[in-house]
Amino acid sequence: MSETTTRGRPPQPVANTRRPAATRPRIGRARRKQYVAAYLLVAPFLLVFLAMLVAPLVFSGYLSFLQTKLIGGETFVWFDNYLRAATDPAFLGGLGRMALFLVIQVPIMLGIALFFALALDSGRARTSKALRLIFFVPYAVPAVVGTLMWGYLYGNQFGPIAQAFQALGLPSPNLLGEQNILGSMMNIVTWAFIGYNMIIMYSALRSIPSELYEAAEIDGASQWRIAWSIKIPAIRPAIMLTVIFSIIGIFQLFNEPSLLKTVAPNVIGSAFTPNFYAYNLAFVNQEINYAAAIAFALGIVIMIVSYVVQLSTQRKAKDFS
Amino acid sequence: MVTRRGNRRWLRRATTAGALVASAALVLSGCAAGDGGSAEAGELTQEQIDEAMTTPTTITYWNWVPGVEEQVALFEEKYPAITVNLENVGNGGPHYAKIRTAVQAGEGAADVVQMEYQYINSFIVTDSLLDLAPYGADELEDNYEGWVWNQVSRDGAVYSIPGDSGPMGNLYREDILAQAGVTEAPATWEEYAAAAEKVRATGSYISNLPSNNPGQLVGLLWQAGAKPFSYDGGEKVGVDLTSEKAKEVIAYWQDLIDRDLVSTDADFNDQWYQGLATGKYAGWVTAAWGPVYLQGYAADTSGAWRAAPLPQWGSGKAVSGNWGGSSAAVLKTTKNPIVAYEFAKFINGDESSALVAANDLFLFPTLKSVLESPDFTSQKAEFYGGQEVNAMFAEISTTVDTDFDWLPYIDYAYSSFNETLGKAIADKGDLLAGLEAWQEVLVEYGTAQGFTVNG
Repeated sequence: MSETTTRGRPPQPVANTRRPAATRPRIGRARRKQYVAAYLLVAPFLLVFLAMLVAPLVFSGYLSFLQTKLIGGETFVWFDNYLRAATDPAFLGGLGRMALFLVIQVPIMLGIALFFALALDSGRARTSKALRLIFFVPYAVPAVVGTLMWGYLYGNQFGPIAQAFQALGLPSPNLLGEQNILGSMMNIVTWAFIGYNMIIMYSALRSIPSELYEAAEIDGASQWRIAWSIKIPAIRPAIMLTVIFSIIGIFQLFNEPSLLKTVAPNVIGSAFTPNFYAYNLAFVNQEINYAAAIAFALGIVIMIVSYVVQLSTQRKAKDFS
Repeated sequence: MVTRRGNRRWLRRATTAGALVASAALVLSGCAAGDGGSAEAGELTQEQIDEAMTTPTTITYWNWVPGVEEQVALFEEKYPAITVNLENVGNGGPHYAKIRTAVQAGEGAADVVQMEYQYINSFIVTDSLLDLAPYGADELEDNYEGWVWNQVSRDGAVYSIPGDSGPMGNLYREDILAQAGVTEAPATWEEYAAAAEKVRATGSYISNLPSNNPGQLVGLLWQAGAKPFSYDGGEKVGVDLTSEKAKEVIAYWQDLIDRDLVSTDADFNDQWYQGLATGKYAGWVTAAWGPVYLQGYAADTSGAWRAAPLPQWGSGKAVSGNWGGSSAAVLKTTKNPIVAYEFAKFINGDESSALVAANDLFLFPTLKSVLESPDFTSQKAEFYGGQEVNAMFAEISTTVDTDFDWLPYIDYAYSSFNETLGKAIADKGDLLAGLEAWQEVLVEYGTAQGFTVNG
């Protein structure tokens, strides 16, 4: 699929030059030196990568095949934990919630981010630098602080939103109630990540050659038309990137449920999001093995969803061309 | 749930004064005349203890209460050879999670750890706690009320040295109750319900039944004589949340909730503090650490509050339950058991240390000598209109029902509360169904963990 994206740049030529090995001995020695140097340079990273990422991953993979009981100890249970996950209403419920989150929140967030990126890029906004900063600030605020702040804003009795409603003599909505909590959370995530996604899109927009715009203008295209027919298609890979990031980010949602639980303890359950569930399994329920299985299952789900999304959009891209 | 309130937990203990077990630090030369259970302790001579306490040693103590360093300093002053590393590894939940992890890893664990009473069984089941009886802890029994001792001991073994506690009482706004025509603190739950109705007419709730706090409700079950949890120290647990007595308690609160006489807000958050400060709640069914805690959040209402014993299930009774408090346990992984035990005993049992806990940390004591000391009991609290609140709670402390046990998986029990009974309370729904759901998940979990559950 890489040929359909704009990514297929230098690899082929480089790979090809390596093949013809007529004068092998001489080049071989030089190459060997290069290889050694390359491996030496990569070694520190590789070591840390293996020790800190691969090894723990393998180990937790191993853990996910065990079962530890408070009474009875450890047994190897093959895929039992995964089978349990596949039928665990708590886990599936969390996944469902996140799927809903994905379908509603991501389009809104990325739509707004795209709109802002285009607005900044059009150069119409005089104070574009300041605006860029302002949009980006929420992302710079630590998620924990941001969530605590929103938790206060959402408060039923003393939160400013509720007070505004009361001042108008209207019944204040329970933003932390069962019906609204997911929407409230979507709002926090949207608020935090618009700026981040906007910057990605904006920097992609800046790399479009301006000749294209000039040509389009000469052809009599409006700004809207330019945005729709030139800019958006041109930054499609960047948009795809933000989509994939968002999918991964949302399935791994943790801070928001974990912190909002203090203000809405009975609405946000221990399995509100799959990631939060894994945490609670490991550290509250003492089911480390099942938590490891949940974590892996979640990773697999994320991979599948990301792949499906990527695949489907690429098909669309092909259809267009 | 501990995690949630953890950062404030340290405040939730009340005052203390003198402890007179100072001598105990010097005594405990085994049991020449002792009973059979401590036969091994006879091996431990005073010389051995002296030697251990004068050999340069470093031990680690995990505790999250701010101010504990003062107590540690006293210990180090007394035993210059011993160095204590005081570490705060988290409040509540994270603290216990780290202990479990370190014990499992076999290294990195502290020698002595702070341990709330309800967690002790969950460390007994993993065989993580050192039995302190052979080190002389069995001789400390008489220093405590029976119910306190039962919390830390089992079958002759002593797993932890009691520190503070939270016998339950009733704090209420005298002015609001008077305005409603209630001139005396309700003595029975029946009177409490009647008072609640009158108080509601003034716009306030007589109190709040938190939807997220199993500790309080379990304390109320404790008072009612329900024994929802049991554990035999081995593989057998009992879950009996749906006993007649428990159902009675639940039905009582169901009635108050249905009639909108109590609110069901989550507690220990900003809204709840506001509710206490503004008179939304005209009272708080709480523990002995509550009075001092409340002063910090409702300063404007100083003088209007009073303390009373819990309303009773029937006139003429005087029974209470306990909510909170903690002890000092020695982990089995320690390499210096004698020093660790002496430290635990000093921190919670020495008079000078207990005084610090009382005066600076506001922890409600468990030592009888402190609870009976006039220095402690005769303090008059302005916030409570000059009432001798300590004396009242010291008195209540002697009325706590003696036997109350915990599940060896209390973390799960408390976290699942929020999704079962707690949720029913928050939704003002069917509390009995919530109670049954809680019972069910606890039986399920226990069975899955390999316990024999006879719930």
